[in-house]
Amino acid sequence: MSAVRMAEVAQPVDDVSSASGGGRESTRHTTPRWLYVVLTLGLVVVLGPFVWMALSSVKPEAEVREVPPTWLPRDVTWDNYDTLFTDLNMPTFFFNSVVVATAVALGNVVFGAMLGYALAKLRFRGRRVLFGLVLVTLMVPGVATFIPQFVLVTNLGLANTLPGMILPYLVQPFGVFLMRQYMLSLPDDLIDAARVDGAGELRIFASVMLPLCGPAMATVGILTFLASWNNFLWPLVIAQSDDKWTLPVALALYSTGEHSTDYGLLLAGSVVVVLPVILVFLVLQRYFVQGIAMTGIK
Amino acid sequence: MAVLTTGRRRPAGGSSLARRQAVAAWVLAAPFLVLFLTFTLGPVLASLGMSFTDMQSTDVRSPLAVEFVGFEQYADLLSNELFRQVAWNTAWYVLLGVPLTMAMGLAAAVALNSITRLRGFFRTGYYLPLVTSIVAVAVVWRFLLRDDGVLNTLLGYVGIGGWDWLNETSTALPSLVVMAAWRNFGALTVIFLAGLQTVPAAVKEAAEVDGAGRWRQFRHVTLPLLRPTLLFAAVITGIGYLQFFEEAYVMTQGGPLDTTRSVTYLTYDQFSFGNYGYASAMSYLLFLAVVALTAVQFRALRPKD
Repeated sequence: MSAVRMAEVAQPVDDVSSASGGGRESTRHTTPRWLYVVLTLGLVVVLGPFVWMALSSVKPEAEVREVPPTWLPRDVTWDNYDTLFTDLNMPTFFFNSVVVATAVALGNVVFGAMLGYALAKLRFRGRRVLFGLVLVTLMVPGVATFIPQFVLVTNLGLANTLPGMILPYLVQPFGVFLMRQYMLSLPDDLIDAARVDGAGELRIFASVMLPLCGPAMATVGILTFLASWNNFLWPLVIAQSDDKWTLPVALALYSTGEHSTDYGLLLAGSVVVVLPVILVFLVLQRYFVQGIAMTGIK
Repeated sequence: MAVLTTGRRRPAGGSSLARRQAVAAWVLAAPFLVLFLTFTLGPVLASLGMSFTDMQSTDVRSPLAVEFVGFEQYADLLSNELFRQVAWNTAWYVLLGVPLTMAMGLAAAVALNSITRLRGFFRTGYYLPLVTSIVAVAVVWRFLLRDDGVLNTLLGYVGIGGWDWLNETSTALPSLVVMAAWRNFGALTVIFLAGLQTVPAAVKEAAEVDGAGRWRQFRHVTLPLLRPTLLFAAVITGIGYLQFFEEAYVMTQGGPLDTTRSVTYLTYDQFSFGNYGYASAMSYLLFLAVVALTAVQFRALRPKD
């Protein structure tokens, strides 16, 4: 069931490709070889900086600074990573990032599914207004709210804490919107049948609908985790002492502060920030495509 | 699964079902509502209120005991040399960045749409920078763009003299724009590719029968059909670029001579100095710009008769 649904949802972007372009096209024009050359060059430009980052992070400091730069490292060393994780407080930053992003992802999955279900499947007065609120919130940029949020969080006693970092992001319109869109595509029959069987409304949500929403919940969870992992302005504002820094905050403050010229170290730090999400992306990319297909939002 | 349903009509007892649904709905909506009121709607209004006061960081514990200054700060901002400059910087960033990113995204999408193999592979590759932290990417690019960095070395191979990209007033902002386009075009590629695939093959064939070449087909058939998608992409990209901050924070610290300081950056600066009221006024002007851009989207995307 859910697999079928997912295929439907993913279709707009994913596999129409072979259906519409492919066969028909090739009878008229053969795909020019040079197009592959251009596309490959594009790929080199897009991925090159990451490759250079990874290669340079295992060069000794002197080699990183060499002019002209070397491409492949002459002497591979793990010193930069060693410094990050033993002399600097990388394990703490990593831990903070994981805790914050996990909490944010869980909050968005749970609360997003709750409201998404109400908006998609329940009939009540105020539904349109509520959905309007969700859409409007989608447009509010972080910069418009962070100052009052900071005043509020400070007065709640949550400045310089991880909960203070998490709370404002616990439910985002993106998650609600995506869950609603997904649930709209599920049939009402199951809900009606459960009602006939006498199940309560909340139980229908929890034990009939939720189990069908695995793919959508995964998409929301992954995308909000990622957004939180990369979030910068709010953690920068909230984290006042270095034991509360997240990875991007630590990297930015090191690169503009005391370690601004430790090139190898900063590149190794970038690898630590970037590598986990790249791996997650490569393994779970169908969920990203699905997210874009369903909402048109990055 | 194959339960007989009679459309939307509920069986008898409908009113109590309606009430139970309403109760359930509000219970399910409660967490969102509480958090929304506290952390979004409240702050949006508070931000507006604060922009009319001279609130400082010392007033944090007693936010209501501040002086009302009316539009003074807005007036000050509009005549302030630095604010004008950062507003220009931000506008340039959007005006240069959006067309560049769109052109790259569209070119990649058109190319991907006309190949048969490895399409998913290239799409994944082009999208990859979007999942990475802007801060980390900015750290990498800062080194690539150094005076004696990788880019200038590569340019040297083909006999072009390098620039000190991030330290010259003429090249710093364009460098950040190029980086943003590099990082973001993959998202537009995915969106445009989806759009291109909705262009019916029959329409293109008809154009071809009428003797339209590939370019004219693209120009007069494909592009008009893609119009809603293009507009949508322009607006979401523009909204993102209006708020640029991290790139400049990491790569140039707003320099040289404030040529890369953005509105968000100056807002953050003023916030750090403790000028909350002033910073709020600035953030509100940016917010209005975002709202205006969004309104443009809604108007432009309204189905035409």
